[in-house]
Amino acid sequence: MSTRTIQGQKNLQDIRTSSPDGIGGSPLRPDGNLKVKGEFAYSSDMWHEDMLWGMALRSPHPRANIVSVDISEALKVPGVYAVLTHKDIPGTKFYGLEIQDQPALAIDKVRYHGEAIALVAADHPETARRAVKKIKVEYEVLTPIVTEEQCLNPGTYGYVHEPHEFKSHGYDNICHEQRLVSGLGVTDEVRALADVVVSGHYEVGMQDQAFLGPESGLAVPSEDGGIDLYVATQWLHVDRQQMAPVLGLPEEKVRLTLAGVGGAFGGREDLSMQIHASLLAMHTGKPVKIVYARDESFFGHVHRHPAKMYYEHGATRDGKLVYADARLVLDGGAYASASPAVVGNAASLGHGPYVIPNVRMHAIALYSNNPSCGAMRGFGAVQAAFGYETQMDKLAAELGMDPVELRQLNAMSEGDRMPTGQLIDSPAPVAELLQRVKDMPLPPPLDLENLDVRAIPGALSNTSHGEGIVRGIGYSVGIKNVGFSEGFDDYSTARVRLEVIGGEPVAMVHTAMAEVGQGGVTVHAQIARTELGVEQVTIHPANTEVGSAGSTSASRQTYMTGGAVKLAAEAVKQALITKGRRRYGWIHDDIDLVGGKVVSESAGVLVPMVDLLGEEAIDLTREHHHRPTVPFDKVTGQGFGHVQYTFCANRAVVDVDVELGLIKVVELTAVQDVGKALNPLSVVGQIQGGCTQALGLAVMEEIIVKDGKVRNASFTDYLIPTILDTPPIPVEILELPDPHAPYGLRGVGEAPTVSATPSIVAAIRAATGIALNRIPVRPEHLTGTL
Amino acid sequence: MRVTFTANGKPVEADDVWEGESLLYVLRERVGLPGSKNACEQGECGSCTVYLDGTPVCSCLVAAGQVQDREVRTVEGLTEESGELGLVQQAFIDAGAVQCGFCTPGLLVQTDALLDNEPQPSDNDIREALSGNLCRCTGYEKIMDAVRLASARKCAKAASE
Repeated sequence: MSTRTIQGQKNLQDIRTSSPDGIGGSPLRPDGNLKVKGEFAYSSDMWHEDMLWGMALRSPHPRANIVSVDISEALKVPGVYAVLTHKDIPGTKFYGLEIQDQPALAIDKVRYHGEAIALVAADHPETARRAVKKIKVEYEVLTPIVTEEQCLNPGTYGYVHEPHEFKSHGYDNICHEQRLVSGLGVTDEVRALADVVVSGHYEVGMQDQAFLGPESGLAVPSEDGGIDLYVATQWLHVDRQQMAPVLGLPEEKVRLTLAGVGGAFGGREDLSMQIHASLLAMHTGKPVKIVYARDESFFGHVHRHPAKMYYEHGATRDGKLVYADARLVLDGGAYASASPAVVGNAASLGHGPYVIPNVRMHAIALYSNNPSCGAMRGFGAVQAAFGYETQMDKLAAELGMDPVELRQLNAMSEGDRMPTGQLIDSPAPVAELLQRVKDMPLPPPLDLENLDVRAIPGALSNTSHGEGIVRGIGYSVGIKNVGFSEGFDDYSTARVRLEVIGGEPVAMVHTAMAEVGQGGVTVHAQIARTELGVEQVTIHPANTEVGSAGSTSASRQTYMTGGAVKLAAEAVKQALITKGRRRYGWIHDDIDLVGGKVVSESAGVLVPMVDLLGEEAIDLTREHHHRPTVPFDKVTGQGFGHVQYTFCANRAVVDVDVELGLIKVVELTAVQDVGKALNPLSVVGQIQGGCTQALGLAVMEEIIVKDGKVRNASFTDYLIPTILDTPPIPVEILELPDPHAPYGLRGVGEAPTVSATPSIVAAIRAATGIALNRIPVRPEHLTGTL
Repeated sequence: MRVTFTANGKPVEADDVWEGESLLYVLRERVGLPGSKNACEQGECGSCTVYLDGTPVCSCLVAAGQVQDREVRTVEGLTEESGELGLVQQAFIDAGAVQCGFCTPGLLVQTDALLDNEPQPSDNDIREALSGNLCRCTGYEKIMDAVRLASARKCAKAASE
């Protein structure tokens, strides 16, 4: 609880300071005990008497016509209960987050490697696997449309979605497009104003969320003909909204309960097994469990858009930016998923946290026969940050300036405007973040005399004794938005109940928020404690019995659903105080709930909450809406499009074995403004986790796709950072309150994932002098073999 | 086939086990011990780590038949008989090393094994010992903190006994 001072009421002071578990404290996770005991029920742990196992047949081809599907042999396998194709779908056959362009099961054609074609329900996963293999599909294999050149020339190479079936707002093979012009734009006259111009082509590989808990869940048919689904997701209500029409059910008969979620990072924003398990359960009348194996998980969710980008910056001799130009081509793959919103983010955030008088931007997402791409932590801002931050380093080198000073010289701050015209109307301490990260102490230099090989590039492989190691240091800063943008009202709902249980006032918080590991449940309890002056708070399981909480994405949950919990708790508090006024005739206007008591600043303790509550429970629900935004103008990109901005700055210290092309990140420092740290332990955990995913993108993580086929769908071949790859990550947090946000907080989770990657690449460049215009950086990029 | 073995000190028996099933599958789906996790099921992530006759193994890589008459100890077995958390479990909670928690069971078993062998590991020892356990949420910093904390508590406990 905050340290509000109370004059003349020492007894109140004691009560007020008694709870370290309100906001600003770091109480332990309410689900922590179950998680360390192995008793927390994740979606893959669901079990039901007589349940069946569901499995999908997936396409081995990225583009093909389906000539025929023969399920007869599969149906004969003993233990098989159902084999379904799109013909068995009772409702509409398409779904999608923003555009309903994806068939729940392929209809007559497949558009990506791994697209689901048929489903099996059987008594054992191995039975299901064998039955899947017995489904005979005859394909007419077509040449996949996979390169930018192919996508942009449909007359020659064909359409991913034929014009008559095209559903998105784009055209041809363009799923979505956003242009932006501000100032004078970028013309020959504007270019002539610059003393120095730097430009470059940059490329970002396809990153995977690689959450550890595979897509999974249990669908249970209910007596009313509906479905109860226990599932790991990021947004229960939008799952239901997409499922119900396909299942041919009214939404109220599709009831979702959040099962334990083993990480998400955007990869659970789209549906995976939800419709499939439900269809099988409805068809067989039995509970059906689906658990993806890791290879299927790589096919079962969308990825981060790979990008090809062109950037050009002009500046004066003294380093002031004159103009910036960019073209971003994001590969959205076969289906739209969140591509339109990702494009909006890339276009509006793609010039970084800098004040640039003249700007032009053109961002597109392609339809292709590559894997579908959509939401991943950083959401359109990550790719661009690699582009503009590489440009800042190039420009600094061209001008002979310190790269941090160049950034500070052009850094945006409160009162400036985004290239979209949106006023930055809360703190934007970009220059300060950079200064602080620069001022943090550096790690000691490599000590070749007392070398532990585990701490150098190559580590346990014992590849060298450090002969070829060069150390480099790099800096970067990034910008991310918080919450859904462009006019979307992603409100959150919270229900708070206050009652006496076992002689104590107890608050219960009920939301549909998907706890995916971020610690939202901890924060909800903290908010209830602070607002209601109670110690005991229980968190109701998240389900669709309460209104939507929006998605656990866009760094928005503490802001949005935390804000809803605050509103509901404030309403409960007012209701309790009103009850007291009616009963006791209180006239004080300074009544608060503190330490389980109703108190007055002037009159001291009025009554214990338990006495006032008695047998009654106060149970109220509130919605929290953020301030309205508007869509960006299609031509100029102008508009108040984002709810809030968030910034992080990083410094990377990297050792590079320049002979072997091996990298060891020695330290990755982060400084971030979080507005208000509701739970500092969790905030630091988010920043460190976000930095580590950025490290992965910088030096190792990429889904390799060749001719539309995924080549590394396993943790053997798709590498994510281990504890040996990950360095110490010192974090400093600033708390500059945003007046528009609950408690002044700023969303935390994504900014470091946006900002940290370029600092690591900059450090490798500093060590090697190699340009490195593509991430992830691989050994062959450093040894000259590529 | 029938497989009988000891799980967390208690005899267990699984019937109708298909020969291709892993120990992980038998634990999770047949004997009611879902604590060990199924993140990759090919020995890359360490989420399914259990003790087999005292040695940490990836239970996804052990065929069910191989555990006949042997002793398995899972994350569920790290909790005291009284229901109280074990020292390593408590340290992971206290240090904030648990986010989604899917990697946690495997890390707990691996950390338990590390501290049994080396009660005061260096940071490089910890990183080496846990390098087979992937975590996607934390960036490992708080896991390092948790292991250091567990080590300190374990040493303090040993000194006071």
